Amino acid sequence: MKNKEPLILVIVVAFTLLTYWLVEPYAHSQMHKHVDSQNFAYADLPAITKTGNVENGKLLVTGAAACTGCHSIAKENLPAGMDAVTAAGAYGVNPPDLSEAGAVYDAKFLADLIKNPAHALKVEHKFDAAKGQMHPMASFAGAGGDLDQEVADMVAYMQSIAVKPSEVTPKMAFENACGRCHAVKYEKWTQIGEKPSFKLEKDSLTFDVKVLEYQEHLTKYMGKLPPDLSMYYRSRNEHFLSTFIENPQAHLEGTAMPRVGVTADAAHKVIEYLADSADTKRHERSSVGMNVIIFAVVFAIFALLWKKQVWRDLH
Amino acid sequence: MHNISRRGFMGKAFGAVAGIGAVGSLVAMKKSWDPLPSVKAAGFTTLDMSIYKEGELITEKWRGKPIFVLKKTAEMIAKQTDKQKARDIVLGDAHFMVCIGLCTHLGCIPAYNPAEQGFLCACHGGMFDWSGEVTKVPPPRGFDIPPFKIDGNKMILGEVGPEYQKMKDSGVTL
Amino acid sequence: MAHFTKATSVKDWLNQRMAIEKVEKVMASEYWIPKNINFLWAMGMVLAITFALLLVSGIFLLMYYQPHVNTAFDSVNFTIMREVDYGWLWRHVHGVAASVVFLVIYIHMFTGIYYGSYKKGREMIWISGMLLFVTFSAEAFSGYMLPWGQMSYWAGMVITNIFSLGDLHLDGLVEWIRGDYVPGQAFLNRFFMLHALLLPLAIMGLIGLHFAALRIPHVNNQDGEEIDFDVEAKKYLSGDKAGSKVIRFANDFMSKDLMVVGIFLIFFFYLVFFHYGFALDPVNFDPADPLKTPAHIYPEWYFLWSYEILRPFSVNIGLVAFGFAQVIFMLLPWLDRSPNAVPASRRGAFSVWFWVLLADMITLTAMGKLPPEGIFSTIGLVAALLFIALWVVLPFITKNEKKA
Repeated sequence: MKNKEPLILVIVVAFTLLTYWLVEPYAHSQMHKHVDSQNFAYADLPAITKTGNVENGKLLVTGAAACTGCHSIAKENLPAGMDAVTAAGAYGVNPPDLSEAGAVYDAKFLADLIKNPAHALKVEHKFDAAKGQMHPMASFAGAGGDLDQEVADMVAYMQSIAVKPSEVTPKMAFENACGRCHAVKYEKWTQIGEKPSFKLEKDSLTFDVKVLEYQEHLTKYMGKLPPDLSMYYRSRNEHFLSTFIENPQAHLEGTAMPRVGVTADAAHKVIEYLADSADTKRHERSSVGMNVIIFAVVFAIFALLWKKQVWRDLH
Repeated sequence: MHNISRRGFMGKAFGAVAGIGAVGSLVAMKKSWDPLPSVKAAGFTTLDMSIYKEGELITEKWRGKPIFVLKKTAEMIAKQTDKQKARDIVLGDAHFMVCIGLCTHLGCIPAYNPAEQGFLCACHGGMFDWSGEVTKVPPPRGFDIPPFKIDGNKMILGEVGPEYQKMKDSGVTL
Repeated sequence: MAHFTKATSVKDWLNQRMAIEKVEKVMASEYWIPKNINFLWAMGMVLAITFALLLVSGIFLLMYYQPHVNTAFDSVNFTIMREVDYGWLWRHVHGVAASVVFLVIYIHMFTGIYYGSYKKGREMIWISGMLLFVTFSAEAFSGYMLPWGQMSYWAGMVITNIFSLGDLHLDGLVEWIRGDYVPGQAFLNRFFMLHALLLPLAIMGLIGLHFAALRIPHVNNQDGEEIDFDVEAKKYLSGDKAGSKVIRFANDFMSKDLMVVGIFLIFFFYLVFFHYGFALDPVNFDPADPLKTPAHIYPEWYFLWSYEILRPFSVNIGLVAFGFAQVIFMLLPWLDRSPNAVPASRRGAFSVWFWVLLADMITLTAMGKLPPEGIFSTIGLVAALLFIALWVVLPFITKNEKKA
């Protein structure tokens, strides 16, 4: 009698794969908008044509351009004018510390941001100067010299004080680019910083109240409280996260979330941070997985040999 | 013969008694699945409609959802179109907008701008007017209206009154 | 009183009290299985192993899971996935096995339909099997609620809403099932009870029934051959193993079962460690938010075909169609009017019916997930109508079937 098993196996596998393809790759391709990555090129922003002068940049940042009026630069011992909660009350969100800005953000983006924040951040639908809706960060109109040169100087200064791009850690990238709006509960991160472990319940609650106050200001500023990102690495895929970070408007037109302008490397680091939060054991999973698969193969081989032995006198 | 049929009868009677016990316990089991009194009590929200001020939006809560209550101004009442009128809730000579304060697009909570007498959803830019009717997409329809019953100058959310039934039947709300 | 003698061994001691030798014969060494069967007959063992995997992984998840609306999500995604050593393993095994078990159930079911293994004394096997399918479905659904993610919450909302039965407006029934107006603490707690206690008990009882229903009619074979098990067993026991048409369950058939299980496990563990997205839906990694509906709500893949039968119609007709789809498989032994218990390939029109049904259910499955717009909703409607039509014509095409 002819052995029909190979044919049956082919049929079972073919129908299984067809069903899988229909309900997973195909259905999801129809359900979600596909956004192509632009590789963080920020092609819509003008290139920096001037070579920046660090010394002059420092003078501008700390002086004429008045950046440090709102922004702290912890590395240079320039503290913030107000604490995070008060700052959020004044601006909607706490202005970032600029210590590592030069390493985390794209240079073109920084230059454009200084000149026209709403444009670089892609929130012009929300902040339209013509309608009197001003972005809380004032545009820099120049300190008397060549505007492009001055902006290039400021960017050069920020790059000079920041760590080397290769030294940016996942935590650093996340805290700079995302952490003032998004909490990551599983990493103990709140919008006003990592929650320390307090000895006294009262201190712990005081901290929580501060976070709530900050979130209240933030909610008013953004329309709703930006979500906690603890599980985003698993609830969204890597491609989505990467393209969303690159340009939120491409996914969600009209969203209040700004384009944050990180470099491709920093975006990678941000995603790594999110992966550590949501899929902490992924490395263990692949190494254990390989061992289990190898064991399963050995198990199957022994099962096959045993079956052959048992069936020898049945044929 | 007599004995056998008697034994058969007693067996059946015993079974019937056991059955009554089983049915009785089923009643207890059914009752244990009922919503708790505290849950039920939380399912009805009574609003005293006499305390609201004209033109001021107040957010109440009903079954975990935000409820927008807006007492309409005389100017609003005067300019109501038919569509807006259909959503109008009248208690005596006061007119109200009462609705579930969730954008019908993806459920964000829109904010009220008293100057423009309208709602803007920050999530995707949907807009609603002061009657709860949608004025700018993406939301597919105006704010949903919670089931309500009017009792004097009180409104009970969660109970279905004739005014609500009429709105539901005419498709003003889902 | 039975007579007991001083035992000569542990086995003898047990044998006097529990007749273990007899039990072993009835259940294993003299439980006769036809020789002419293929690997599809091993699906029962594959299911038993998968169920065991679900049970064991479930026990470990139970140790850290918290059925409370405020803590359920974090107890799964933080405590079990991050803190508990190998907690992620149990969760992945449990989630993937819950999905794969349905794939194997469907293969098992369609094998039964193809070979006519629900006729001639095998009706109870079919019915107990379908009851298992229903309880497994309830088990899968109740388990899906527990992580209390966005899909848990909204699937819970949508599916329990079905019980208002359209224009009958049985809102009271829905509230009774939920224990609240919307899914909340009472809802989560009772589904936890169902998932971790009542339904597993029912499943284990039904598995016992399914096995018991199999013992007297014996399993079918791939040629639709009527085997005289007594004669063939005698032949086997007298030493003519090669000439006999039957084999022992253990170790003969079991060795083949376990070979199939071995191959299945490679596939299974590949999915657990490297390809789990289909079973652990990304949307459910967002915590439940009663104020925010997900953009697309769809059930797990194994419910899609019946969901799609509900969807293309108006509310009331959809519910009737849905109810029809839930019970119709149960009636298969009586809707198939032909006495032929042979493979579909030898049954003419029935063979066409079989392959069309399979293709139709795959179509329904695909359309159930795709957004109900344009061409997809038209295909969905046609496929749903075809599904109903197939069952309506079944008695007629099988009544006129020639004796095979």
